[in-house]
Amino acid sequence: MGIISRGFSGRRTPTDVKLPPGQYLTTDFPVLSAGPTPHVPLENWEFVIDDAKNVLQRWDWKSFRNLPSETVTVDLHCVTRWSKLGTSWEGIPLDTLLADIKTDASYTLVRSYGDYTTNVPLKDLLNKQAWIAFRYDGQDLAPEHGGPARLLVPHLYLWKSAKWVRGMTLMHEDKPGFWEGLGYHIYGDPWREQRYSGDR
Amino acid sequence: MSSHIAYLDGNAAAGELSKVFAMDVTTAQGKCKHCGATRRFAEARLYMEGPGVVARCSVCEHVLLRVVSARQGVFLDVRGLTYLQFNMMG
Amino acid sequence: MWRVGTVVALHDETATARTITLEVPDWPGHVAGQHVDVRLTAPDGYSAVRSYSLASAPNSERRVQITVERLLNGEVSPYLTQEVIVGDRLELRGPIGGWFVWRSQQTEPVQLVAGGSGIVPLMAMIRSRTSAGSTVPFRLLYSVREPGAVFYRDELRALSAEHRSVIVTYAYTRTVPKDWPRPPGRIDAALITDTTWPADLGPACYICGPTPFVETVANLLTASGNERDKIRTERFGPTGERK
Repeated sequence: MGIISRGFSGRRTPTDVKLPPGQYLTTDFPVLSAGPTPHVPLENWEFVIDDAKNVLQRWDWKSFRNLPSETVTVDLHCVTRWSKLGTSWEGIPLDTLLADIKTDASYTLVRSYGDYTTNVPLKDLLNKQAWIAFRYDGQDLAPEHGGPARLLVPHLYLWKSAKWVRGMTLMHEDKPGFWEGLGYHIYGDPWREQRYSGDR
Repeated sequence: MSSHIAYLDGNAAAGELSKVFAMDVTTAQGKCKHCGATRRFAEARLYMEGPGVVARCSVCEHVLLRVVSARQGVFLDVRGLTYLQFNMMG
Repeated sequence: MWRVGTVVALHDETATARTITLEVPDWPGHVAGQHVDVRLTAPDGYSAVRSYSLASAPNSERRVQITVERLLNGEVSPYLTQEVIVGDRLELRGPIGGWFVWRSQQTEPVQLVAGGSGIVPLMAMIRSRTSAGSTVPFRLLYSVREPGAVFYRDELRALSAEHRSVIVTYAYTRTVPKDWPRPPGRIDAALITDTTWPADLGPACYICGPTPFVETVANLLTASGNERDKIRTERFGPTGERK
């Protein structure tokens, strides 16, 4: 540990706000990325669910947006320590997207335009826990925040809520994605502070 | 510039990379495994705002290397580089 | 890896930027253009690291300077520009970087282009030239929002006046001084043509500032005939801070 810097305390959070361990409250919406913002024209956009061998289901933007959507208010917890509470999104629940898919796979690898991937257990995407979100705070989701659409799975660290989502592969074994393969936790529960692969 | 994410360059990652490289990385020449371009690491595109450091080829944007300073140690992935040639005089 | 520096002097460059002078007993020396990483640690062990260019020229003393611009929502810069007092200790890693440097052994003319706080490493180069007694011709094109945002103004004025050893051109992007010949605006091809070394002199070019600024200026300098490998760049974050 470094020498203590007199009078430095990092970011402060009001004491009456309950956050996962090690987080601080932010009121802005930091833009974090591992690469350039992809630009995906809506006429080319698609969301594909496959099992590595076959395409199981595919939506283009029009058919995707025709699905019944819902608006949710959720808290976001980023592994870089900021938390943003009470954020409002509109999206299609993964329950709806997975409704007609019969599978015995337990895991998914979520894929984005660009080269980002993240793995999420299938059951963590079901039961009103995840959405493919296309509107944030009453407006179309901006490209720097993942637009046209991103995964939103707020009970896990925000790196799991893949921006610029393009589909997912159903898997029988858990396979680490972009960050999980380089020291980050395979699951990522902020309330158990599962940031890194050694954390319990 | 159309991107809202402003990347930095190899200079910005040099301090972090000094944890793993004994020689100065900014003067090193890196050959991109994807497109074959050979450039000074100082000119690579660095995305540093996220959970880790990602260096991308300034020509094709593919990942050259990644670094994560995790609790259990520093993780380095250099699969995107065919080689990194360090300058002995660095 | 981390050295401890003691703050020995503080000097406000502008309303939002401050130069911090640190005494670092085991400082190994540095080259103009290099930077340091500064680490702050809170009592609970949380630490934040930020990069700052060295503003001072290489010298034989164990003192270095950084100039820090205060960012509105910054975590570290408000502390460094408002909280730090003489006697405080800061942890430094460095000097860092071997590419974006100028050494007095270089003989070709030098073209410096600064965007905002990008002036800091370029000022180290100017100061290095002075302390080495070099007569290599330098030109500086310094882009800032408004006159109050200029760092090192008096020193640059003195250098400009003195046998024109360093020719300084200011490009104000938002507000210009009274009777300024050029309306506010960003650096463009015309300004490059009018105020920078002609490319056929083969100048060593150094561009420093926010990424969009660096990309624009680099393109302008190559368009005016400078070879890509004669142009060295250093990008700061969009708000001027390098993480």
